[in-house]
Amino acid sequence: MPPPVRRIAVDRDPYVAPPRPAGNGAVPASSVATRLRTARTSSVHARERMRVESLWLAYGDNWVVRDVTLPVRQGEVLAMIGASGSGKTTLLRSLNRLTEITAGAARSGSITLDGQDIHGFEVNDLRRRVTMVFQQPNPFPMSIFDNVAYALSERPGRGGRRRRRSTAIEEAVTDALHRAGLYDEVAGDLERSALRLSGGQQQRLCIARALAAEPEVLLLDEPCSALDPISTATIEELIVELRESVAIVIVTHNLQQAFRVADHVAFMHLGELVEYGTSEQIFDRPTVERTREYISGAFG
Amino acid sequence: MDRHPLTAAPSRGPSRTRRWATGRTDQRVERTLGALAVTVLILIGAMLVTVFVKAWPSFSHNGLSWFGPGGDVDSQLRAMQEVKALPGHSIYYFRGWPLIWGTLLTTVSAVLIALVVSTLAAVFLTEFAPSAVRRTLDPVIRLLAGVPSVIYGLIGILVLVPFINNHLISESRRASVGYVVQLNGADVMTATLILTVMILPIMVAISANALAAVPAAWREGSLALGVNRWRTIWRVSLQTARPAIVAATVLATARALGEAVMLAMVAGGRGFAPNLLDGLTALFEPVRPLAATIFQNSEGLTIAALAHTIYAIGAVLLVSAAMLSLAGWAAKQRFKRYGVRA
Amino acid sequence: MAIADLTPNAADRAPAPPRGSVIARAPRQRTTAWPLVDRVAYALCWAVGVGLCLIALAIVLFMFFKGIAYLRPHLFVESPAPSAVQSQSGGFLDPVVGTLIVAMLGIAIAMPVGVALGTWLAEYGRPAWLARAVESVIEIIAGAPSVVLALFGLLIFSQGYLGFLSQTAASGGVFGRSFFAAGAVMAVLALPLVVASTREGLTRLPDRLREASYALGRTPATTVRRVLLPAIRPDIATGGVLGLGRIIGDTAIITILLGTFLDLEKVGSVPVLGTLRGTGSTLTSYIFSNSPAGEGNAPGKAYAAAFLLLMIVLILNGIVTWLTNRDGQSDGGGLSRALRLLPLWSRLTWR
Repeated sequence: MPPPVRRIAVDRDPYVAPPRPAGNGAVPASSVATRLRTARTSSVHARERMRVESLWLAYGDNWVVRDVTLPVRQGEVLAMIGASGSGKTTLLRSLNRLTEITAGAARSGSITLDGQDIHGFEVNDLRRRVTMVFQQPNPFPMSIFDNVAYALSERPGRGGRRRRRSTAIEEAVTDALHRAGLYDEVAGDLERSALRLSGGQQQRLCIARALAAEPEVLLLDEPCSALDPISTATIEELIVELRESVAIVIVTHNLQQAFRVADHVAFMHLGELVEYGTSEQIFDRPTVERTREYISGAFG
Repeated sequence: MDRHPLTAAPSRGPSRTRRWATGRTDQRVERTLGALAVTVLILIGAMLVTVFVKAWPSFSHNGLSWFGPGGDVDSQLRAMQEVKALPGHSIYYFRGWPLIWGTLLTTVSAVLIALVVSTLAAVFLTEFAPSAVRRTLDPVIRLLAGVPSVIYGLIGILVLVPFINNHLISESRRASVGYVVQLNGADVMTATLILTVMILPIMVAISANALAAVPAAWREGSLALGVNRWRTIWRVSLQTARPAIVAATVLATARALGEAVMLAMVAGGRGFAPNLLDGLTALFEPVRPLAATIFQNSEGLTIAALAHTIYAIGAVLLVSAAMLSLAGWAAKQRFKRYGVRA
Repeated sequence: MAIADLTPNAADRAPAPPRGSVIARAPRQRTTAWPLVDRVAYALCWAVGVGLCLIALAIVLFMFFKGIAYLRPHLFVESPAPSAVQSQSGGFLDPVVGTLIVAMLGIAIAMPVGVALGTWLAEYGRPAWLARAVESVIEIIAGAPSVVLALFGLLIFSQGYLGFLSQTAASGGVFGRSFFAAGAVMAVLALPLVVASTREGLTRLPDRLREASYALGRTPATTVRRVLLPAIRPDIATGGVLGLGRIIGDTAIITILLGTFLDLEKVGSVPVLGTLRGTGSTLTSYIFSNSPAGEGNAPGKAYAAAFLLLMIVLILNGIVTWLTNRDGQSDGGGLSRALRLLPLWSRLTWR
């Protein structure tokens, strides 16, 4: 006889306490949380960069994203939360047309970047402006420098040779590594193979690589799910610092992470956008029943 | 009788689990297998040594100029066959440069062309080809890789040689070198072409497999950064596949080096060294690479001088093959630096 | 929270985008905006790919049609016999028999020795210098051209004390060419493939198999015999079939070690031994002989024999594919097994 499943009776608005970790990590987590919170509340009003209008996405005959409308603003972090299979990753990938590499993908509706339909762009230009960092760190089998400089040398007009490195590229690489918070750890030897770095360092390298091309929108697909808490904290700080210069969309399974970093939250369930609002509103006062159930952990 | 592995003392040697037991039957089995290994080693080692021993007289009589030019190889071989030394030279007189030059020309050109073509074809197969094309081409390429070389030789000699003879060699070209050698369509070009076609399938297959094995995460990551598909392949996939491509090239070169029968059929059968100063006509001049020479002179192994020379050629081939493996191994070591799995 | 509550009501969801809205399938590859270098490379790839397809199809279809044109049933049952009217005379019975004999001899020697060597290398391998030496020697053989191996063979089988394996001329000179000689050298040809496949198979087996066997009180020898070797039967079989393919396709060894007469010539009166001591031909040397490069000039028969040879290669390829894709075993998928054995399979092409 299997043990009984505990059902959570939801008859009032649940109170979501801010996360209070045990405090035995090297980074005092509570200060991170407060720092993030204060940083967040001081964000100025954001400029809309991308807009998703009535988007439908399908793989084959299966509609994975149904009629979603969302804005993506620079100056703030948009977190997409929801259970697995809710379509949030597909939606994220469609923002830089990565869904097109899958055969049989179909879409309806529009996605615009600064008012222009992204499907009118040349796809590689779009992807340079809207870059993505994946869940599993995937540094290329090259040196750290070459990894970060990878997208740079694709810009027309710049040389890509390994020997002949212009100061412009070197500066761009150092700058990106600084922004990703990785420079101090790897400055000793940039020619090392990138595959020798630890998991957290590799993910920050991937973020540096994405930042090197100076994108306008940064898409993050569960970037910390494979990382330890310290690396996670470092990356979350990084995300909050970056939001002024880059519009950030992060997909996350981790509700606490969404709470820590997000300004706006979009909750998706089985392909539909159930609720969209500021993070205070979603976490403290969700209006839709389904959101409340998910936030309180009734399913997931 | 057989001691229990848990109670037996662990035997000396690498500490893998399987080295535990030291039961008597076990030792017997190990000794038998070891004896077999030693026997095979001795047998084959003896064979190798004997080839070099038999080759030595030819080298000792000719010194390093064995590899140099000097006279017509065919007449030298014939002299040995008839046991009538050429005037002014010993019976062992042999200058193998035309054979070596022929081998170099055909093998190196074929491998270079095949390398470029096979890489492009492998990229096409894995990246750009519609899946229906890929599905049909896969078994076809595997079939072609397994086709015996004598069949390629057959196609060459019955189709390609007459074609080249009749259509590509003009009378003026024939006349221009007629005083030295007869052109008849069996030449460097035919040999290189068929050799390329012969080593292509295996190189394409290995390269395509290596490209397909590149982790999708790298490909996706590169595409997501806005790098177009060709550049992604060039900078990430091909780099990752480099060890495999090197291995395929070594394999193909070894095959090309050792190809005797097909080249005996289509390369012209004359120990002639094509003169590059003839320009394009050099392509139509006959050659006979080393392995083909052995094949064509295999009848005369009872005659001492000829036998020594043939074994000398064999020794040269063996050493080249060994150096080739070494070169391939060294090249692979270079690629381990950035963590690319070889 | 019942599961039914999680799935939305069918009535509540919009089933599909409204009619008339644009549904765009993923657009095809557009390379118009790529830099010139990339576009040239793309065009080259396509050109080479299409060219490769055409050449491959041309070769296959050509051999197929030529073979069908010349293949006649009588060819299978008649011995080679030269004559002026070549389409009527003789067939390739003897070469076919010769191919079978050489293949069986070669595999019969190569398989046991190869499996034993491979097992020793993978499971024992002590002392280490001996193992490295054996590995290097196997590598050298694998890379050696088959003509050179044929020279080895001739050297050995021409020795006086091995005269019983071929025939001895009245003057005392050992002929050195016979099915025994050819079979033995063919075994050397196939040996590296069998050794490599056995080794690969054994190294890929997880250690827990061995540990489980030891925990039951079995010695390594019994483990190998009862557990490991049966587990890698497909790998051994693949190695054997690859070796067979290499044996069947080789011409140089046959021409040097089996004499140049096309029909089987027995030596002595003992039934099987006589044939094995004698000379003959195989399909490959038959093809060579009948081509313009050989003595006879019967392209029709050459095409027919080539067709038969191709069919055999096709069947062998099919067997290898079937063996590598059959995945009843625990580790890896059929694809991973095929990828692992690909370097071996590539050696099928060495002649």
